[in-house]
Amino acid sequence: MEGVQTLDFKIRRRLAPIIFLAPFIIVFLVFMVYPIFYSIVLSFTKFSGGMTTFVGIQNFKYLLTEQLFYQSLFNTLLILVIQVPIMTLLAMIFGSLMNSALVRFRGLFRMFIFMPVLIDAVSYSIVFSLFFNANNGFINGILTGIGLPAQDWFGSGNLAIIVIMIAVTWRWTGYNSVIMLAGLQNVSNDLYEAASIDGANTFVQFIKITIPQLRPVIIFSVFNSINGTLQLFTEINLMTQGGPANSTMTIVEYLYRTGFRDFNFGVASAGSYILAIIIAVLTLIQMRAMREKA
Amino acid sequence: MRKLIPKTVIYIVLTVASIIALFPFFWTFVAATHTESQIFNLHYTFIPQGNIIINLKNLQLAMPIWNNLFNSVFITVVYTVLILVVDSMAGYGFTKFRFKGRDIIFFGCLATMMIPQQVTMVPLFIQMTKFHWVNSPQAIILPGLAAFFGVFLMRQNFESFPDELIESARIDGSGELRTFISIVAPAMKPAFAALGILSFVAQWGNYMWPLIVLNANKSYTLPLTLSMLVAPGNVIDYGAVMVGAVLALLPVLIFFLIFQKNFINGMMSGAVKG
Repeated sequence: MEGVQTLDFKIRRRLAPIIFLAPFIIVFLVFMVYPIFYSIVLSFTKFSGGMTTFVGIQNFKYLLTEQLFYQSLFNTLLILVIQVPIMTLLAMIFGSLMNSALVRFRGLFRMFIFMPVLIDAVSYSIVFSLFFNANNGFINGILTGIGLPAQDWFGSGNLAIIVIMIAVTWRWTGYNSVIMLAGLQNVSNDLYEAASIDGANTFVQFIKITIPQLRPVIIFSVFNSINGTLQLFTEINLMTQGGPANSTMTIVEYLYRTGFRDFNFGVASAGSYILAIIIAVLTLIQMRAMREKA
Repeated sequence: MRKLIPKTVIYIVLTVASIIALFPFFWTFVAATHTESQIFNLHYTFIPQGNIIINLKNLQLAMPIWNNLFNSVFITVVYTVLILVVDSMAGYGFTKFRFKGRDIIFFGCLATMMIPQQVTMVPLFIQMTKFHWVNSPQAIILPGLAAFFGVFLMRQNFESFPDELIESARIDGSGELRTFISIVAPAMKPAFAALGILSFVAQWGNYMWPLIVLNANKSYTLPLTLSMLVAPGNVIDYGAVMVGAVLALLPVLIFFLIFQKNFINGMMSGAVKG
């Protein structure tokens, strides 16, 4: 009887990891691994009527000569290099202010500032497109109220891209502020005390203490935001549909259209791999930056 | 300890930031009670008006909104429950068992977290078409379960769980699954809460994939319903749209106000999501 029990026990221990991992691994193989490889195949083929024909690197060639694809890359990068630094700076400021020992109701401020990430991306995009509506939207109401001319926000490329940046900043600044706050709570107050005694003013303290101490958190927050911006889609799809004249076309909006409006599956897959390569390179840079000492 | 910035300045900045953060929420609720011409009025009033019932009726006329609400709730709840079960089991499997190839499999899975969703978008759509899953909830739920993030998050948390406790349960003759359910899982409530909140919020607001794979009015989730209402060329009443936005907003907002602290911590653990 003993022997049977231990054998049974051994089999069970062998089987245990399989039982625990099987549900995930099955789903993962079917809906992640298979599509990842299938996408590589698709990127070298032309897909029509359920049939695929091998076309070599033609899809990649097409993308690299397609002006609209470059424009979508450019627009995405433009949003990225303007919006991410502004938001990161704001998040650092709000994080520091919330961390200040002078502040009471910290929990309340943290809660309010955090709330924009709760609203679903579609609803807030609709709300922002109404705020910036050319015909008596709320923002134009304020502008005309203080004697400034109303703007056709979605009628000009520059203005439309600014609206997109404002909306994204509204949604994500609080989230990043709370990340900064969490990071700052690990920074010893003694550093600031000592600096105050040495006569360092707030600005000097911010540059010399806050930024170096927060370095890993800042790197993390910046790359997180870069990644999000590279995949910017919902705001564009709801507010501008890439317009006017493609001036707010982003990479993912472009891929979506290519794949699901034009049903050009091969080109969309090839484009998605170009995006994946950009993200992979950035991730490697991030890992490097995180490892390096301040 | 920055005594150099006066207290009042800090309060003013944080108060202004809070007002800006909250204003669109407030506006959404107020606009849901307005007529369309009140929404597009240069002399905008922030006082709630009495038009909410009419707006709701218009919304019901434009879309099968109760079906859409049900779809959202069903998909989000089933998805969240499945994520918790599947990812916690896998996270535990990767942490507390030794078997051949474990680390290779783990890092292979981890690498997929770097790959953007858009890569699998087209092949998954072809797959869904072949499975005849277009317009069905499982087209949203099952591919969503393939993301490795939750497994990774749970593994991080399980690592700190003492092996001795598991070992002593084994010696007492407890089966592996029973040990997991009755001893390990109860001690990991914060991790479950974090993953649950994160998955719920993400799926509730999910837009891109439902947009691709759901194309019949009755199968839409709320974000999709709203986006279809405002799609270019559709003549719709914005008061009705704002009632829809309130429906989309309320569940998350209510959960947030009840579990505020857990909620923020949970969302922050998603910070590794990238």
